[in-house]
Amino acid sequence: MFKWLDPYAKPETLYRICGLWFPWLMTLAVLTLLLGTVWGLGFTPADYQQGDSYRIIHIHVPAAIWSMGAYSSMAIAAFIALVWQIKVAQWAVGAIAPIGAVYTLIALLTGMAWGKPMWGTWWVWDARLTSELILLFLYLGVIALSGAFADRQMGAKASALLAVVGVVNLPIIHFSVEWWNTLHQGATITKFAKPSIDPSMLWPLLLSILGFALLLAALTCLRLRTAILLNEQHRPWVRALAQQSDQKGNVPQTNAGRTV
Amino acid sequence: MVMFKAAFVREWRLLARQKADWLNPLMFFVIVLTLFPLGIGAKPNLLAEIAPGIIWIAALLSVLLGAERLFKEDFRQGTLEQLVAADEPLFAYVLAKITSSWCSTALPLLFISPLIALLLGLNAAAWQAIVLSLLLGTPLLNLLAALGAALTLSADKGGILLALLILPLYIPLLIFASAAVDNATLGLDYSAQLAVLAAMLCLAAALVPLAVLKALRLNVG
Repeated sequence: MFKWLDPYAKPETLYRICGLWFPWLMTLAVLTLLLGTVWGLGFTPADYQQGDSYRIIHIHVPAAIWSMGAYSSMAIAAFIALVWQIKVAQWAVGAIAPIGAVYTLIALLTGMAWGKPMWGTWWVWDARLTSELILLFLYLGVIALSGAFADRQMGAKASALLAVVGVVNLPIIHFSVEWWNTLHQGATITKFAKPSIDPSMLWPLLLSILGFALLLAALTCLRLRTAILLNEQHRPWVRALAQQSDQKGNVPQTNAGRTV
Repeated sequence: MVMFKAAFVREWRLLARQKADWLNPLMFFVIVLTLFPLGIGAKPNLLAEIAPGIIWIAALLSVLLGAERLFKEDFRQGTLEQLVAADEPLFAYVLAKITSSWCSTALPLLFISPLIALLLGLNAAAWQAIVLSLLLGTPLLNLLAALGAALTLSADKGGILLALLILPLYIPLLIFASAAVDNATLGLDYSAQLAVLAAMLCLAAALVPLAVLKALRLNVG
């Protein structure tokens, strides 16, 4: 059924495809992010309750959504790597993990900055905040494990296994944290209940969400290209590529070529 | 089954000869527990209130302490390599390892739990909850610790990395186990928490050994 996908698992082909897609994805990402944030931060009406400080939603929500989206895509790649032993999927895990970790960090930091004026405190042990923090720990675990071995392939395989274990655990962690929270304390600080958001605020938000997704895809392409070059550096096609760019005397499109 | 028995007996012999392997985590557990009253002041009410959390955090730290050695020696000697290469099922070896590590690190905690309950000023109902939650929860600790040990087997800095990987996965266990003891100290019903612990144990017992097996093969092969 998935036979038609096989050629794309070849590192060389995937390297070319990522190279083709990257400029488009990056341009689109920059455009939508610029449009979404400028529109959202500058031109939407202020909230009747929160005033201008709610505008951080245009960065906070997309980062939070895609911090989880990145983890699921990483876990899917890890699953493919483990089950079908596809090398590029292993490298994809390592490519996505740091991006996802940074998204999670952005979501946490902007959430704290938003919480200070609204709730009066930087941090609450709210279920959502806690599970986002644990998500960051899971990302850091995957990153740490992938760098812990002398053998790079070994690290990639082990971190893929850990990513799959993490994704099985994630719902359990999420629900137990939610239950823990309701067990230990009532809602001392009521969360900002979103009254079905006004279209004038919704559109820029949707644009930012799309922008963050495109940025994730673009950066993944870039990092995956680097990973492919790094792991295939002894293959003839990479050597040919390096020679080509040396003859031209210019720096290749990504700095990745230089590591060869 | 033959393999399981052989590996299990071997583990017991090793434990009988190297008493530090199971005595040190136990001592660690007791010492960590005594640090808390010293650190926060010996107020009986406060101690009884935070006791469930303290006991569970100390328990998971002491299991973690012994985790790194689980496969290390077998890996260094080459025993593990031979087992992977052999026809004998590696799965039985993994199960025997996990079972014996539970017997050596978690079972002693159960035996000294009455003492701990006395030290922290808990009543009999709370002690009963501690025993039940330890019985259901500690196998889960050992299963996940084995996974961490197998994943980091050939890593450069295994010990601290193991803790980083596994501690986030312990969070659900910590929440439900300490909630069970918490409810018991308040005289409430805690069978729901125990049921969740049992469910998590069943899930982990079914899946974790497979992941351990995979991780061992990765590290050796």
